[in-house]
Amino acid sequence: MLNYLWSFMILAGMLWGAAAGNLDQVTQGLIESAKDAVTLGITMLGIMSFWCGILEIGNRAGLIDWLTRRMGPVLDFLFPDVGRDHPARRPIAVNIVANMLGLGMAATPAGLDAMRALAGEHHNHTATNAMCTFLILNISSLQLIPVNMIAYRSQYGSADPAAVLGPALVATGCSTLVAVVFCKVMEVSR
Amino acid sequence: MITWLSRLLIPLTVSYIVGFGLISKRPVFDDFLAGAKDGMKTVAAILPTLIGLMTAVGVLRASGFLDVLGDWLTIPASWLHLPGELVPLTLVRMISNSAGTGLVLDIFETYGPDSMLGMAASVLMSSTETVFYCISIYFGAVRVEKTRYAIPGALIATAAGIAASIWLAGHFA
Repeated sequence: MLNYLWSFMILAGMLWGAAAGNLDQVTQGLIESAKDAVTLGITMLGIMSFWCGILEIGNRAGLIDWLTRRMGPVLDFLFPDVGRDHPARRPIAVNIVANMLGLGMAATPAGLDAMRALAGEHHNHTATNAMCTFLILNISSLQLIPVNMIAYRSQYGSADPAAVLGPALVATGCSTLVAVVFCKVMEVSR
Repeated sequence: MITWLSRLLIPLTVSYIVGFGLISKRPVFDDFLAGAKDGMKTVAAILPTLIGLMTAVGVLRASGFLDVLGDWLTIPASWLHLPGELVPLTLVRMISNSAGTGLVLDIFETYGPDSMLGMAASVLMSSTETVFYCISIYFGAVRVEKTRYAIPGALIATAAGIAASIWLAGHFA
């Protein structure tokens, strides 16, 4: 799927650029965005390493165990196959809470840990129910306060930057509800 | 109040965790370094995906194809009550966060953040995620080949977020 999507984007861009006489801009765009990706990567390197460090403090101080226990019922409902002793439980809890707080840079490393723990040592390269639920939940967006968007809105002279909060909460709630219902239906149907 | 709260979020989280570590008598800086080292590995693992997807979006934008695609999709989008101006954003949003943010800022500049379009774009960005980027880093990390219902589920959840954003923006802006 991604192989096709990615090659489509590259080829469509090249062909269209050639047809429209924009090939110079295409080459320029390619070089620029490769550079932007690395710039973003450097920013991520700083912020993600920082959050991983902070989370490790929380982990070793027992904060994450506490959090995972508190989230027990939610995790049991969403991930019936991930038992109390499953190694994916803690990173899933951290990922969900970090996403809710809008700390994407803290959520991603925990999410990757969770995915690896869900896959286990030997797996057959097929997504399990828990892996599907986890991914769909992440993509449905769980963020409670759209911190960045509020900042951008105020930067661009909005009269009420935080006005986005109410609708964003409702819209996020909608997409997450649809995600959970979909996953539960798919779990039951096979 | 909310703007104030959103400003406090990161300082509060960080000082809570560090404070908790100190009270638990942990060597907090050593713990921090151990975690940060793992963080660097994570970024190294993500960077190739980031470069691949961002260059593809960059090529697509620079070629002008994205604008044309947006024009073509304006009519089908209008059947779904999706304003034509938001079509490129809904497409780009699913692939790259930074490119999506760039388009939102363009909309802010052209129509203002408090317009219906500005509000719809703000809510859309806040209630959806980079679908294909997430799929490729999360499933890429464990080399999942059979994704089963993950992609349809992700797209349905995203569609729900987009639909809700447009509807709500019409009522709030």
